[in-house]
Amino acid sequence: MYVAVKGGEQAIANAHRWLADRRRGDRDRPELEVAQIGDQLRLAVDRVMSEASLYDPELAALAFKQASGDLTEAVFLLRAYRTTLPRLAVSEPLDTASMRIERRISATYKDIPGGQILGPTYDYTHRLLDFLQLAGAEVPAAEIREEVTEAEACPQILELLNDEGLVEQEIDDGSEPADITRDPPDYPMDRAARLQMLARGDEGYLLALGYSTQRGYGRNHPFAGEIRLGQVEVEIHVDEWDETICVGEIALSECQMINQFGGSREAAPQFTRGYGLAFGHNERKTMAMALVDRALRAEELGEPIIGPAQQAEFVLAHADSVDASGFVSHLKLPHYVDFQSELDLLRRLRREHAARQAELDGTRDTASPQQEER
Amino acid sequence: MDGYNFAYLDEQTKRMIRRALLKGVAIPGYQVPFGGREMPMPYGWGTGGVQLTASILGAYDILKVIDQGADDTTNAVSIRHFFQRVAGVETTTATTAADVIQTRHRIPETPLRSGQILVFQVPIPEPLRFIEPSEQETRLMHALEEYGVMHVKLYEDIARYGHIATTYAYPVKVDGRYVMDPSPIPKFDNPKLDGNPALMLFGAGREKRLYAIPPYTRVESLDFEDHPFEVQSWEHTCALCGSDHSYLDEVITDDKGGRMFVCSDTDYCQTRRGEVA
Repeated sequence: MYVAVKGGEQAIANAHRWLADRRRGDRDRPELEVAQIGDQLRLAVDRVMSEASLYDPELAALAFKQASGDLTEAVFLLRAYRTTLPRLAVSEPLDTASMRIERRISATYKDIPGGQILGPTYDYTHRLLDFLQLAGAEVPAAEIREEVTEAEACPQILELLNDEGLVEQEIDDGSEPADITRDPPDYPMDRAARLQMLARGDEGYLLALGYSTQRGYGRNHPFAGEIRLGQVEVEIHVDEWDETICVGEIALSECQMINQFGGSREAAPQFTRGYGLAFGHNERKTMAMALVDRALRAEELGEPIIGPAQQAEFVLAHADSVDASGFVSHLKLPHYVDFQSELDLLRRLRREHAARQAELDGTRDTASPQQEER
Repeated sequence: MDGYNFAYLDEQTKRMIRRALLKGVAIPGYQVPFGGREMPMPYGWGTGGVQLTASILGAYDILKVIDQGADDTTNAVSIRHFFQRVAGVETTTATTAADVIQTRHRIPETPLRSGQILVFQVPIPEPLRFIEPSEQETRLMHALEEYGVMHVKLYEDIARYGHIATTYAYPVKVDGRYVMDPSPIPKFDNPKLDGNPALMLFGAGREKRLYAIPPYTRVESLDFEDHPFEVQSWEHTCALCGSDHSYLDEVITDDKGGRMFVCSDTDYCQTRRGEVA
């Protein structure tokens, strides 16, 4: 006779042992080092850091390894660690204008002060599988120019437009931004909170939404005003010394979109902006984020809300991969109790349906043939 | 456990959650937003309940964790292990011995007593969500006590099926004011919410909402005069303990349509079998 399922504890322990064994793989090959991942799979590491919202390349690489390369799982691992960390300080606003540039391009001007710098990009590579890498060929080292590009020489492109008043100005009103990691979501959200949510939103999701705006579901005529990637100093203000000190550098990607202009009887027409920012080298993410950021400003800019990317609650409530993957995967949990409830109701409804049907058939049998033809 | 605070969450977070809980107790059935944290298990797997349990657990409390009424379903095992590991508390499967019971989808058959706390895991805390997807709108509807749409939905069920077609997560009205989702418990368990001597807390981690039913609070399941609320009943009795009044799970025993019915509450069933034997 069947006895209610027992042995869940042992099953879980065994499953985890098997998982660890699978992760290690063939013991004849050397184990993957975390440092190798950080070094050679850095784009994966950067994505994990961004969506986990924790800048720690080593732990992100560890999470990636521990997750056997499952990015969503790695994001979750690092996010769960992040939540246990104490807050020691709040940094000063980052100054991306003084970024130590590795890459910086603009699609709006042919030549720009400081120059177009391609940097380490996959753009313009021909997507041909490189079989030499399969054979383990040596890669020649890149030549690096000793002299570092001066920060002053790379002004933000949108600031150049700003001088002419052609693009809307972002003004710091000095208000304390919301903190989405501490405060529950409160709709409608202001732009600062929206940008935080987008910054750790799932890249694939934002990419699809951004793409949808380009295909007409809330068009906003974007131009890639500037994309820059490089190192930015993080500074904190130390009250005891009344001084601001640099505590280190982090790699960032930033995208500033220039979008269709608005204007009114009072305000002269101006370009508008969409903004994207992410840890590490995360260009696609920042571009998608900038498109979606701009789309979410529809209400503020008096545009009709016609596309999914413009609906703030919809976009923001579903952007987080940790939220989404958790809730989708919870369908794997037992639901026998609820299912039993549904079974019970369905059987009852079917019994009643059958009874009605039988009754109907009974009346039909006694009906005259003419009636039946009609 | 080394490197982590008692019951995983830091004390400031636990205090923040307890403050939100106090608000929840003060306004029965009202969804209190709280700064939910990521937990080391996935959203949708009980993170809301786990955060609440972590916040109220004391070192000498005895904890019971059930899922679908059973102590040995995989996720119940996992959550019980979690608290054994991060809080080192004593655990039990006996409903009567527990101080705190974390549950998913059931209320134990054994009546709870004063002083016990039942913590529910909640996937979607908003009872109006499937009628109105916008959070902005539903908060306004609660504020204005605008619950007509819910009755319309139940009425449409009757018009279409002849019955109210909600069998679990059946909406209730708490203390005559807030319409509340009791979490996906079968409606069979709804009457146990009414006037229960235990404190009932509800945590939705992903949605960052919590709410409460204080002890001895009036909880009514929504219905109509001509279609009064009724609970499921079975033609069978439990194949193991013979109970004719508990919630039964259907178990398929072979591929020829053979099935049996057993209590979903494993502790209740075992206790009864022990008493009979």
